[in-house]
Amino acid sequence: MINNPDEIQKYVEQTALLINLPIDHESMPGVVDNLQRIAQLATLVTDFELSEDMEPAPIFQP
Amino acid sequence: MSFFALDALSLSQKIKSQELTATSVIEQTLLQIEQKNPTLNCFTAILKDAALQQAQNIDLEVTKGHDPGQLTGVPFAVKNLFDIEGITTLAGSKINVENPPATQDATAIQRLKKAGAILIGALNMDEYAYGFVTENSHYGATPNPHDLSRIAGGSSGGSAASVAANLVPFTLGSDTNGSIRVPAALCGVLGFKPTYGRLSRAGAFLFSSSLDHIGPFARSVRDIAAIFDVLQGEDPNDPVCTNLPPQPCLDQLKDGIDGLTLAIAGCYFQEGADPEALAVVETVANLLDIQTTITLPEVHRARAAAYIITACEGSNLHLNNLRSRPHDFDPATRDRFLAGALIPTSWYLQAQRFRRWYRDRVRKIFEGVDVIIAPTTPCVATPLGQQTMVINGEEILIRPNLGRFTQPLSFIGLPVLSFPILQKNKLPLGIQLIAAPHQESKLLRLAAFLEERL
Repeated sequence: MINNPDEIQKYVEQTALLINLPIDHESMPGVVDNLQRIAQLATLVTDFELSEDMEPAPIFQP
Repeated sequence: MSFFALDALSLSQKIKSQELTATSVIEQTLLQIEQKNPTLNCFTAILKDAALQQAQNIDLEVTKGHDPGQLTGVPFAVKNLFDIEGITTLAGSKINVENPPATQDATAIQRLKKAGAILIGALNMDEYAYGFVTENSHYGATPNPHDLSRIAGGSSGGSAASVAANLVPFTLGSDTNGSIRVPAALCGVLGFKPTYGRLSRAGAFLFSSSLDHIGPFARSVRDIAAIFDVLQGEDPNDPVCTNLPPQPCLDQLKDGIDGLTLAIAGCYFQEGADPEALAVVETVANLLDIQTTITLPEVHRARAAAYIITACEGSNLHLNNLRSRPHDFDPATRDRFLAGALIPTSWYLQAQRFRRWYRDRVRKIFEGVDVIIAPTTPCVATPLGQQTMVINGEEILIRPNLGRFTQPLSFIGLPVLSFPILQKNKLPLGIQLIAAPHQESKLLRLAAFLEERL
């Protein structure tokens, strides 16, 4: 998983383009900083092994 | 004697017995708010005419010998993310000012009014509930009534501070990751987040639907129980609201704690906090002679997963405005929302899958214990404007870490009461009383027991 600010910024720029979310220069450092923090937390979640039958928590009732 | 420090049930009783009129209570409450709100900055809207009209109607009912309900004539206020008929629901934002006024009250407000309570206003909060400090760039900070240079906590800061300052006997707030419990602890009042889905959120502006709860703040345990009982019940307008029958708690408070198995939360919940925040748990453990310490599994991952789910769902809710008018957001939330909108789906889904895993493990633990006790916050209220704090010699950010102990519990919807610990010449702290889903009565019984002894 990438976790240096330059790589995160590249991800932010490309993904923001993909979802049509303009991010101006003023906000970019804060967004990169926040996403970097989230990426660090995400490793705690993604590194944890779950069995294939562990369904996501939300339940939809038709 | 002034009625301002009375709890809701005592005040209601005095109005029902005609020792006080609802009209005089509302008039004096409004006057006090007018005098103190410029300093305390709890209220963002005051409903003077509607409150006085309702008070007059209640007085008429009382003089006719009718019983308007358990909360007869009691003034209350709500976090400004609850719909109030006739005014616009701000949710702490500048953007929502442009929305039309709400066409009806939120379900929770309707039920409280039906029980005789009188809504007198809306309360300050962090923008869109994304914060633990209530330092709102649009509507100002709500300071802590115990020390005006410090934060009230958030995001339901106005709800906690107005109860702590005796402006009203009770309020409503919302809690996604700790937004009821954190300000309750820092302001020294009770803050209750019942089981996920137990109380209807219909008419409350969402933040992260997977984790959003509503609940009351008050100064007595019996008020919390009475309000909880009034608020329970099915609601087809909230897809998450349970269809389990209500489980009234007020009558159970007298049952004491005989038969309850109690434990202290260990490991994660005994680290990363100031010694004084941990010491209050120890004091209560000694008082209750608790010998058992329980370790919840993978709590740090639970907190991380809650963080990811919140960021994803919150950002998605505001995506259109983030695209078209990002500069109308509070700078404290804007970059966090923007970052959340870019989170890969696999992280979100893994967090939701982990949520089920964690819930299953914690359910097992509750087969052997009724109530677990943990600190609410890692420290007392920090100074307004301060960004970092030092805990155990390490400098850490305040905003994300105030929810360190609350976030892993709301993540799986457990009912939790933050019980205030007030010590002379010290700022307040809180302890969390945590139970299995739908076991609210156990928490409230323990809280009633503690209330008599602390």
